[in-house]
Amino acid sequence: MKITMAHGSGGKSSAQLMKDIFGKHFSNDVLNKMEDAAVLDIPGRIACSTDSFVVTPLVFKGGDIGKLCVCGTVNDLLMMGAQPKYLTCGFIMEEGLDTELLDQLVASMAAQAREAGVIIAAGDTKVVEGNGGLYINTTGIGLIPEGRDVSSANCREGDVILCSGNLGDHHACILSHRMEIENDIVSDCAALNDVVGALFDAGINVRTMRDVTRGGLGTVINEIAESSSCKIELDEEAIPVSPQVKGFSDILGLDPLYMGNEGKMIAVVPAEQAEAALAAMRSTEHGKDAALIGRVLDGEGAFIKTHLGATRRFDVLYGEGLPRIC
Amino acid sequence: MEITQVIEYLKNYDGRQLKLMEVCGTHTAAIFKNGIRDLISPKIKLISGPGCPVCVTPTAFIDKCVAYAKALNCELLTFGDMMKVPGTAGSLSENKAAGEDGAKANITIMYSPLEAIEKAKANPEITYAVAAVGFETTAPTYALLVKEAARQGVENIRLVTALKTAIPALRWICENQNDIDGFICPGHVSVITGVHVYDQLAEDYHKPFVVSGFEAEHILAAIYRIVKQIEAGEGRVENMYPNAVKEDGNPKALQAIEEVFTSGAAVWRGLGPIDGSGLYLKDEYEVYDGGSRGLDDDMELPEGCRCGDVITGRINPDQCPMFAGGSCTPMDPFGPCMVSSEGSCGIWYRNKH
Repeated sequence: MKITMAHGSGGKSSAQLMKDIFGKHFSNDVLNKMEDAAVLDIPGRIACSTDSFVVTPLVFKGGDIGKLCVCGTVNDLLMMGAQPKYLTCGFIMEEGLDTELLDQLVASMAAQAREAGVIIAAGDTKVVEGNGGLYINTTGIGLIPEGRDVSSANCREGDVILCSGNLGDHHACILSHRMEIENDIVSDCAALNDVVGALFDAGINVRTMRDVTRGGLGTVINEIAESSSCKIELDEEAIPVSPQVKGFSDILGLDPLYMGNEGKMIAVVPAEQAEAALAAMRSTEHGKDAALIGRVLDGEGAFIKTHLGATRRFDVLYGEGLPRIC
Repeated sequence: MEITQVIEYLKNYDGRQLKLMEVCGTHTAAIFKNGIRDLISPKIKLISGPGCPVCVTPTAFIDKCVAYAKALNCELLTFGDMMKVPGTAGSLSENKAAGEDGAKANITIMYSPLEAIEKAKANPEITYAVAAVGFETTAPTYALLVKEAARQGVENIRLVTALKTAIPALRWICENQNDIDGFICPGHVSVITGVHVYDQLAEDYHKPFVVSGFEAEHILAAIYRIVKQIEAGEGRVENMYPNAVKEDGNPKALQAIEEVFTSGAAVWRGLGPIDGSGLYLKDEYEVYDGGSRGLDDDMELPEGCRCGDVITGRINPDQCPMFAGGSCTPMDPFGPCMVSSEGSCGIWYRNKH
C-alpha cells in the first residue's frame, strides 16, 4: 500500500495508519494515553535538542532513517552529559511512500529507541505531495546528573582530544549508495550511550564532548577552539580512518576531516586521565577504535601536524563537500 | 633516498631564489593539506598554475548553462564543482533556487556524465544538456558519452563543452611568463597523455618538467628533482609517478578523444584565448553540440578580480584586493578560483584565513 493524501487528513485513514504502524511499534505508557500532550515527570536539569533527518536513500548499509533519527538526537543529548529520557517525533511523508517500508523504518526507530533507553512520548504525522520521500524530526530531552558540567567552552591548555573511532564511514556509505558504487563501507550510525557511560563510570573529568556529524572533525575542532578560546593541534597520523574510506575519499577528492559521521564523538579530557579515558572508550562496542588525536594548547585556532612534520591551520567546512570534477 | 633526506635537502636549500609552478589544482590542494611550503626553504617558491578546470572556465559558459537549464523541456547535468561559479545572471546554484527573473532552473548534479544516457532514454521529451568541463583527464568520459549516445541512437543529449587541454596552456605560460624555473606536471593529465607531451616544451624552454603523483612524498620528490636539475643546469622531462603514468599514457583514452573531438582555440578565464587548447565536437557528432563555439569571445572579468594574475602565479591569492578586502569568499565568490575545491583562492582561504 502507498501513502496518499488521505493518510494526512486526520480522519479514518490517519487513525488506521496510527494504529497499524506507529501504535504497534511505539506502544508505551506515556504515548498510549493519546492525550494532546505527553505529561512527563522529570526532576532536575534538563538537556533538550531537536534535529531533522532528510537522508536519501532511506535505507542504507548499517542503518536507515528510523535508526538515524533516534541516534542523532540521543547523541546530541549525551554530548551534554545528559541521560536521554524522552523523544518526540514528527513524520513528514510524501504521498507514494510505501507503507511496508514505513513499517520497517518505524520498527527500526522503535528498536533503536529501546536500545538507547529513550521513550517515544509524542508524535505527529503529515502527508505532503511528492514522490514517496520521508522526513523525520525528533526532539529529545535528557536529565543531566548532579555534578556534570560538559561544554564546548570548557577545554583548557594541556587537555587531550580523544576520538571514538574511524571517521567518514557514514558520509562514504551514503555517497556510495547515491553514486551506485559497490563497496563494503557501512554507516557508523549508532547511539553512543555506551561510550559516554564508560567515560563517566571511569570517573573521567570530561570537559567537552561533541558528536562528529555534518561538517566533520575539522568543523567541530574549530568550533571548540573558538568556544574555549584555545588552540587545538591534531596529529594527522593519529586520526583514525579505515583503509576503505581513505581510498574512497582519495578518489573523490573528499577529506575525511570534513566528512560526516553518525556514530562518532570526540571527548576532551585532562591529560593525566588520557589513558584511563581511552581504556574506558575502547572497552565499549562503539568506542573500540578510540584514539588520542590531539592536544589543547595555549593560543587560538585549529592546526594539524602532518605525517611529515609540517603544521598547517585548518578551517571549518565551506560549502557541501561535493565530489570533484577531475 | 629516504624522504627525510629529501626534506632535509629542500629545507636547507640556499641557492638562487626559485619559482616552481604546480600546474594542477589537485597538487595545490595536496601542497596545502600536507603543509609542504612549511617543509621547504623559503627560497623555493611554489606557485599555483591554471590547472583547475573550473577556475579557467569563462563566465559565458555558466550563462549558457543557465540558459539551457531554464529552457522548456530541458535539464542541465553538471558536476557539483560548477554549482557556485558566478555567471552574469547568477550561479547555477542561485538559479536552481530561483533565477534573477524568478524562473527556476532545472539542474541535476551528476556523478558521471554517462548518467545522461539512461536519463535521456527514460525521458525522450527532455533534452539533457551536459556541462562538460575538464582537461584530458575528464575528456575521455565525455567522448565515451557521445560515442555511446550515437551507438544507441539517443539524440536528446547536448554537450556544452569547456573541455581544455593542458599542454597548450603550459606553452602559453612559458611564452608569457618566463620567470618560472620549473614545472610540477599534472599527474592525472599525464596518466592520459603520457610523458612525451612535455618533451618539446622542455627542449624549447630548457626547463625541468617533472611529472608528480599526489602524495606529499611524491610532490617533495618532484620538487627535489626539479631543484637538482636546475643546479645541474638541466631542463628535461622526468617521470616521478611511473606507477600510474606510462610513457605513452593511455592510448585507448587518447583514441576516444581523437575520435570525437577536434581542437581549436579556447578562452581561459583570466588568460584569454589559447590556440589549440579547446576540445570541440567533430562535425559528425554535431547533433550533440550544445553551442560550445559561441563562447570564444568571452574575456570579461568582474571589476577588481585578478584571477588571471593568480592562476599565472604573478600574485598570491591574498594579494588580490577582493580577497584581501574580504569581498570574495567561498560563501560569496566573485571568481571560480574561490569556488572550486581545487582553486588557488579557495585553498588559500580555507587554509590561511
